[in-house]
Amino acid sequence: MKLDILSALNAERAARRAVVVVTDVANGEQRLVKAADIAKDPLKELLAKRIRMAKSGMEETPQGRVFLTVHVPSPQLVITGAVHISQTLAPIGQLLGYDVTIVDPRTAFASIERFPDVKVIAEWPDVALPPLNVDHYTAFVALTHDPKIDDPALKHALARDCFYIGALGSKKTHAKRVTRLKEAGLSDADIARIHAPIGLDIGAVSPAEIAVSIMGEITERLRQKPEAA
Amino acid sequence: MLSRDEDILKAAEDWRKSGRGVALATVVETWGSAPRPVGSNLVIDNEGNFLGSVSGGCVEGAVVTEAIDVIESGKSKMLEFGVADEQAWNVGLSCGGTIRVYVEKVS
Repeated sequence: MKLDILSALNAERAARRAVVVVTDVANGEQRLVKAADIAKDPLKELLAKRIRMAKSGMEETPQGRVFLTVHVPSPQLVITGAVHISQTLAPIGQLLGYDVTIVDPRTAFASIERFPDVKVIAEWPDVALPPLNVDHYTAFVALTHDPKIDDPALKHALARDCFYIGALGSKKTHAKRVTRLKEAGLSDADIARIHAPIGLDIGAVSPAEIAVSIMGEITERLRQKPEAA
Repeated sequence: MLSRDEDILKAAEDWRKSGRGVALATVVETWGSAPRPVGSNLVIDNEGNFLGSVSGGCVEGAVVTEAIDVIESGKSKMLEFGVADEQAWNVGLSCGGTIRVYVEKVS
C-alpha cells in the first residue's frame, strides 16, 4: 500500500467517513474510493453494497479479481446520564471498541471522580450533541429518566439514524415518553425504533448487570438483526 | 489500547513516516471456522514488531517472518494457512479453518 493511500485512508476514518480500498489481486494495484465518490466508480454497485454490509471481501469483476477492504467508522456510544449504570456501561463500551461519550448537564453527576477515563460533557444535549457527529455508526442510550435531558437527545438520535437507540424506563415511563414524543411531532415509526424498556431480558438487577444487558442488545443490533424499515 | 483497525492502520502510517520498514497483512479470504474475519489487519515493521492480528495467534509468527521478506523485496505475497499439520514443518490453524492473507509493503 502506498503511504499516501494509507494516509488518506486514516484521514477518512478519523473524520468518521466510510471508505473502500480496492486491491487488484493479480498486480497489487490499489485505489481508495471515498463514500462520497462511489457513484462515480465503475464498481459503484458492489462498493455501495459492501459499505452497507460493512463487509470486506474478494470480488470477481470484469477487470479481474479484486479485494475490497471496507472501512466503516468504528461504532461510538453516546449516553445521556452520568448515572450509576453509565459507570459500568462506559468502560464495557470502551472494551468493545466504542468511542464513548457521556452527556449530562448536572455537574454533580458528570464529575471526573465518577468517570475518570471517559469523555464526559457537562452540557445540555442541544449544546453537547451536535459536535459529536452522531450518525448511523452510533449507538445512543438515554439513561437520565429526566425528559428535559433525554427527550431532546432521543430526537437528535432519531434524526441522525443511529443504529441503536435505547431509553431507560419501565413500560409506564416509556408510555409517557411515547405520548410526549408524539405531541412533539415524531412518527410512530420513529418512536418504534427506540428500545424501551432498554436491554436484553436477562433478569438484570444491579446497575452493572443492566449495563451488560444494554451492551448485549447494542451488540445484537450491530451484528445480527437489521433494523426493521 | 491498540485493538481497533484504525489504530493499527494509524500505527502503520506513523511507523512508516518515522522511517521504519512496514508491511501490512490483511485477511482476504476465509473458509470454515476462522478466528479473525476478512479485512482483519496485522502491521509489521522490519524488526518484527507487530500490532493487530490475522488469527488467534496461531499464524502470526509465520506472517511476521514473511512480512520481513516483503519489506526487503517490496513484492507483495499471498499466504495461505490451513489446519495445523504436525507431520509438516508449517504452522496452522488449530480451529480447522483456512485463511488467505495478503501481505504488502507500505511504500
